[in-house]
Amino acid sequence: MVTGVGAITPVGLDAESSWKAIKKGSSGIGRISLFDTTDYKTTIAGEVSTWDTDSHFERKESRRLDRFSEFFIVASRQALAQSGLSYDGDEEGGARAGVMVGAGFGGMGSFIDEIETLSDRGPGRVTPTGVPKIIPNMAAGLVSIEHNLTGPVSCVVTACSASANAIGDAAEIIRRGAADVMIAGGAEAAITTFGIASFSQARALSTRNDHPAGASRPFDLDRDGFVMGEGGAALVLESMEHAVARGADVLGEVSGYGMSADAYHITLPKPGGMGASRAMGAALKDAGLDADEVDYINAHGTSTQANDSTETAAIHLAFGEAAKTTPVSSTKSMTGHLLGAAGAAEAVVALMTLRDQVLPPTINQETSDPECDLDYVANESREAKVDHVISNSFGFGGHNVSLILSRV
Amino acid sequence: MDRNAVSERLTGVLVSELGLDADKIKDDAHFEEDLDVDSLGVVELLMALEDEFDVKIPDEDAESIVTVGQAIDLVQGKLAG
Repeated sequence: MVTGVGAITPVGLDAESSWKAIKKGSSGIGRISLFDTTDYKTTIAGEVSTWDTDSHFERKESRRLDRFSEFFIVASRQALAQSGLSYDGDEEGGARAGVMVGAGFGGMGSFIDEIETLSDRGPGRVTPTGVPKIIPNMAAGLVSIEHNLTGPVSCVVTACSASANAIGDAAEIIRRGAADVMIAGGAEAAITTFGIASFSQARALSTRNDHPAGASRPFDLDRDGFVMGEGGAALVLESMEHAVARGADVLGEVSGYGMSADAYHITLPKPGGMGASRAMGAALKDAGLDADEVDYINAHGTSTQANDSTETAAIHLAFGEAAKTTPVSSTKSMTGHLLGAAGAAEAVVALMTLRDQVLPPTINQETSDPECDLDYVANESREAKVDHVISNSFGFGGHNVSLILSRV
Repeated sequence: MDRNAVSERLTGVLVSELGLDADKIKDDAHFEEDLDVDSLGVVELLMALEDEFDVKIPDEDAESIVTVGQAIDLVQGKLAG
């Protein structure tokens, strides 16, 4: 059961405001301000532009935090506050609660800074808090420390499917009785010199620099790559017994989790979509659902040539006839691609979709691509009856992850 | 440099680099117990002091520093010597 959500995204500083912007079709993409983009082919991204570290942390704390950890800590505070749970001084309860974070990189910005210090000033000037700032699992550790959670605390690093894995794995931990409550989600803050340069060299990023809001256009014929976003999102997952016993408000449930690997290429999806289709199939089987019972697909939909046509093919394979009537959208058209945080941010979107019975749009749909022939909820949100949502997340390395979120 | 001048600049470093509360920084303040500066924080402080005063503080000296007063004395000694 999901009893709390939190989200820091390029379109809002909490789950509610992010969802409000997404429902309206507002883009969070703009010029990069986090570093000087002179000489970079891509100069746009989805920054959390109004992020104010000092309003969330004392300087004493924040100097040891990378931006990605800040996002996850604050998203977790929001989720926990909504759930109404607190473990201050509750050793017994805290031992039955844990954290599972997903991140593609972790503290990339801090890593770059420290490597620069090492090169410029030598090993004696590298900070002793460098490694704790950088390691991706630290976000989970920090949340466990802040809230006295001493049960299972861990981390998944599977590139852009990391936080979808984190949610699925956390739900598994609860299902097998190893915890009653898990904070699960992810964070990423890779809008950095190296992050943009490397994805840019891989020809993965949009270069539509003169039109930031139109740059992320999943499934559109004129898409030219993904737009990097950043942020963090967290869900409070709780066993049904635990949630019912304390009379918690339930936002939905993680009813299915499936994953597969392409075993094909380091960055490209395997043509034909069989890999992603098997992940969706596994999630459906886990949830005990037929494809035609799924009311909406929140696609991975990155806006790269390869992903969007392959994902469309995968949906056809997994859904058969039902693919023609199942709406699909990519909220990355507005948020950009939050990389390791994408799965968690989109799980929050899926829960809001279930709550409000409104499908979020894919914006920037102008010219249809013959290889992308599904109903992408073009440009405007739409009311619909929604009981079950599939959320897809795929990652470099050939990881395919599908979560199913359902109304309770 | 006299001890007061060292103390003042050291306090400045503790506030700006470690984010500490200036009111709590006293000669006999214990880094770990009174100021909540852990062992990593002491290493960071000594690095910042090396920059601030342009001195070298070897690891063996660093290990003996547990109070603000000791840090002031160490820096003053380095400056004199």
